[in-house]
Amino acid sequence: MGVRTWIDSWPVYRQLTGTDPLGRGAAAKSGPSGRLAPRVATADRVVKSVCPYCAVGCGQNVYVEDGRVTQIEGDPDSPVSRGRLCPKGAASLQLTTGGAREHRVLYRRPHGTGWESLGLDTAMDMIADRVIEARRAGWQWEVDETRTRRTLGIASLGGATLDNEENYLIKKLFTAMGAVQIENQARI
Amino acid sequence: MAECHPVGFQWVMEAKARGAKVIHVDPRFTRTSAMADLHVPLRAGSDIAFLGGIVNHVLRTGAYFRDYVAAYTNGPVILREDFRDTEDLDGVFSGFDAGNRGYDPSSWQYRGVDVQAASGQRDLRFEKLNESPAVPEAARGESHGAGGPTIGEGEPERDETMTHPRCVLQVLKRHYARYTPEMVERICGVPQDLFRQVCDLVTENSGRDRTTALAYAVGWTQHTVGVQYIRAASVLQSLLGNIGRPGGGILALRGHASIQGSTDIPTLFNLLPGYIPMPHAHQKQDLDAFVRADAAPKGHWGNMRAYLVSLLKAYWGDAATAENDFCFDYLPRLTGSHSTYETVMAQLDGTCKGYFLMGENPAVGSANAKLQRLGMANLDWLVVRDFSLIESATWWKDGPETETGELRTEDIATEVFFLPAAAHTEKDGSFTNTQRLLQWHHQAVEPPGEARSDLWFTFHLGRIVREKLAASTDPMDRPLLDLTWDYPTSGALAEPDAEAVLAEINGRDAEGAPLSGSEQLADDGSTSCGCWIYCGVHAGGVNRADRRTPGDRQDWIAADWGWAWPANRRVLYNRASADPDGRPWSERKALVWWDAERGEWTGHDVPDFTKDKPPGHVPAKDATGPEALSGTDAFIMQADGKAWLFAPSGLTDGPLPTHYEPQDSPFPNLLYGRQRNPVRHLLPPHADNRYQPSAGEPGSEVFPYVATTYRLTEHHTAGGMSRWQPYLAELQPEFFCEVPPGLAAERGLTHTGWATIVSARAVIEARVLVTDRMAALTVHGRRLHQVGLPYHWGPNGYSTGDAANELLHLSLDPNTHIQEAKAFAVDIRPGRRPRGPAARELVLRYRARAGIDAETGTEL
Repeated sequence: MGVRTWIDSWPVYRQLTGTDPLGRGAAAKSGPSGRLAPRVATADRVVKSVCPYCAVGCGQNVYVEDGRVTQIEGDPDSPVSRGRLCPKGAASLQLTTGGAREHRVLYRRPHGTGWESLGLDTAMDMIADRVIEARRAGWQWEVDETRTRRTLGIASLGGATLDNEENYLIKKLFTAMGAVQIENQARI
Repeated sequence: MAECHPVGFQWVMEAKARGAKVIHVDPRFTRTSAMADLHVPLRAGSDIAFLGGIVNHVLRTGAYFRDYVAAYTNGPVILREDFRDTEDLDGVFSGFDAGNRGYDPSSWQYRGVDVQAASGQRDLRFEKLNESPAVPEAARGESHGAGGPTIGEGEPERDETMTHPRCVLQVLKRHYARYTPEMVERICGVPQDLFRQVCDLVTENSGRDRTTALAYAVGWTQHTVGVQYIRAASVLQSLLGNIGRPGGGILALRGHASIQGSTDIPTLFNLLPGYIPMPHAHQKQDLDAFVRADAAPKGHWGNMRAYLVSLLKAYWGDAATAENDFCFDYLPRLTGSHSTYETVMAQLDGTCKGYFLMGENPAVGSANAKLQRLGMANLDWLVVRDFSLIESATWWKDGPETETGELRTEDIATEVFFLPAAAHTEKDGSFTNTQRLLQWHHQAVEPPGEARSDLWFTFHLGRIVREKLAASTDPMDRPLLDLTWDYPTSGALAEPDAEAVLAEINGRDAEGAPLSGSEQLADDGSTSCGCWIYCGVHAGGVNRADRRTPGDRQDWIAADWGWAWPANRRVLYNRASADPDGRPWSERKALVWWDAERGEWTGHDVPDFTKDKPPGHVPAKDATGPEALSGTDAFIMQADGKAWLFAPSGLTDGPLPTHYEPQDSPFPNLLYGRQRNPVRHLLPPHADNRYQPSAGEPGSEVFPYVATTYRLTEHHTAGGMSRWQPYLAELQPEFFCEVPPGLAAERGLTHTGWATIVSARAVIEARVLVTDRMAALTVHGRRLHQVGLPYHWGPNGYSTGDAANELLHLSLDPNTHIQEAKAFAVDIRPGRRPRGPAARELVLRYRARAGIDAETGTEL
């Protein structure tokens, strides 16, 4: 470290000689503070998104680095939210990347006392078999001699933070199966 | 609003900074109250009396917007001679059928004309119009409608002076005449001078130059009279001329990112996409009969056949032809209600064997949570798709019933699949926000491990089921095999292309080109469209939900951000922002207007009116659908083009909002002989769903306190998306109840200590927060303490506690089948609740003390 650098690192010297005589800005900044950068500065990409909690629909900027989401912040461009997020929206990094998320399929067999592991493909195949069976078991061509063409064997209850496209496929598929007990949080 | 929609509340504060007055009506004092000019605490469950009182004030003082009411509402329309009001019949309307616990609504119609509702219970008229009986279903409003007039010719009879004794405005005046400030004070606990301040602020701020907006959330909907709460607001806003105008409206503050979308593109039993009703079972029902009964001859619902045929084409493609009624017969039929609460009953009786939960946590999030768990314990199989191990995934090993000994894990035969779900950052798709705005979110990263989107799950489940049934010749499988189900997939996970689904929702013409608006939809099978109100979101093949011109580079409408249905219109019924001649009511409140030189509607927003239809337009006598609307029929979805002060159709529980007490209430109904909504939707008796005696009935003193549930800023709904987040858990670490100091003294409750809260359904415990935020009120001349219960909790996650929803009963709104979570009665005592079997014994002791049996609270 040269003398010049050494003297410059002294806040009082900067305060007396620089543009910050009151010592409330640049003069007071330490080396480590000066070297701080926002954690989003090194992001590879910023992906435009929308907060998944309430229905205000605040804009979110999702920062991605090395294939991982590193930060989620309010999108200042959004005329809905002007960059703000509430405590929940601000916690959506934990929602999406937190350690409480399950990453594997779990299976509890009838009368079982604990979870077992199960492959996703096997689970999908087993669920499809059960759908076919329950659908047939609950099938009603008629009720009181009036055509119903439906099954009461299967029901679905969805949340309301699903995408429109997801709801569209759910309603379409289950209606084609003849299921009528298709509901979501909007009922509740 | 500041608590649960904090970022939206910034606009209320912007308005306040420009001089707007903010009134907050809520039993508890919140962050919203802190910023409001006026906080009005009232008794939970008394809002129709409160709003009816304002309506009475408006009518009595002549403060209504006369020109608006005369031109745009049904105020001048004359009703039938045989209509009888609740004032005449001590709390019921004409058409009441005690045996069926329902109404025949035919006497509510206009004289000589039979109009269809734009929403709600539209099947009411099927039998009449098709001379075909429905499947009988006791106690269901849907099965009513026999008799009554045939469709009348021409326009309803009107009295433009609105003085005819049977015109709607006069009927309204008589209906609300007893909703006086004195009555509001006694019923709601709102002092008369405070109530008069509200009346003055609202009326002074409404008219040509000013508008008032009402914002509400489920505090208004979760009641046995929830729809009538909203109707009461509609009556008030229509009288004041506050609909279809900037700064006006009745704004539902919805609590989930796409709950508006999940109603528009419904995963709801009674709806098809775009609010087309699901068909009810009727004899001799085909496409024509269905459309005849459920469409309207006038207004945009007159084109319902085009919307429905285009939907059937989107579902079944080339298999849907004119010869086979476009596969209309493939649609399953309803027999009464199949809501989530009937589904639980179907699980308990063994009819429903398989259950999908996709991002929903009914084990703690639905009313009477115990019944939800007992229903799931009786399933063959359960699929739970969520981020974490929510209570609905783990109840079989650690639910409250395993603690009380009512269930034993080894005895539960339910097979449970837990499938991890992808987050919003891991998939493409659109949310529809609370103002009908579709916004696209982009995938940032791949979902981890075996987590998948619901798009992936649904598409591949359908693919596998279809493959397994490919060789089937059983006619029940035809709808599945004929389904269009060929979405492109990409990537290692074979994720379906969400934008391809959006393109199907938008719709295509005969050549496969994207449609640009719902007026292009045809009823001959030449167009397909998955949701007619979303038609245009992909116009020109462009994803308009993904438009992101920054707000500071746009005007105040911000039309180039996202896409609002319908037609990117931001204020519905905005024709009403101009006077009958097409001029803005005032320059200050100009939104859209008629440009006579260019012969078209223009303005800041997309006009909600046929673009070149002049204000003076008189439709041809034989015109139907949108063509039958005159130049002043601003409410274009309505069968008569008018805002309804009085609802002649569409509601099962009456044409005018009427104050009834909640199902469980410590107070008698001061206005009528009927204590409760006589046609509220009661579920079949169940030992774990007992109702409580109300005031005047022996035993009601056992549950003396009014309770209500609500949310906190730091948590979300039943906690599935917030109790597992460390920051949020730290901010609100456990369940608590809010009680006023007077109640704490009365019952020996200590701040930060424990309280046990009991209803006829359950007992729970909570930490005690003694606070003036829950104001004590004087109701019916006595001191009332209310108990506030945030309902986010369950035993799993980082932030834990009992679920407030354990306390609730299943007495539902008869129109929407929504539970009464916002007003009920409890007892509260100091200390923790009993553990094990003793918990259930305590509830049974309370029931015995109150004399509760299967009949309690079920009277008409």
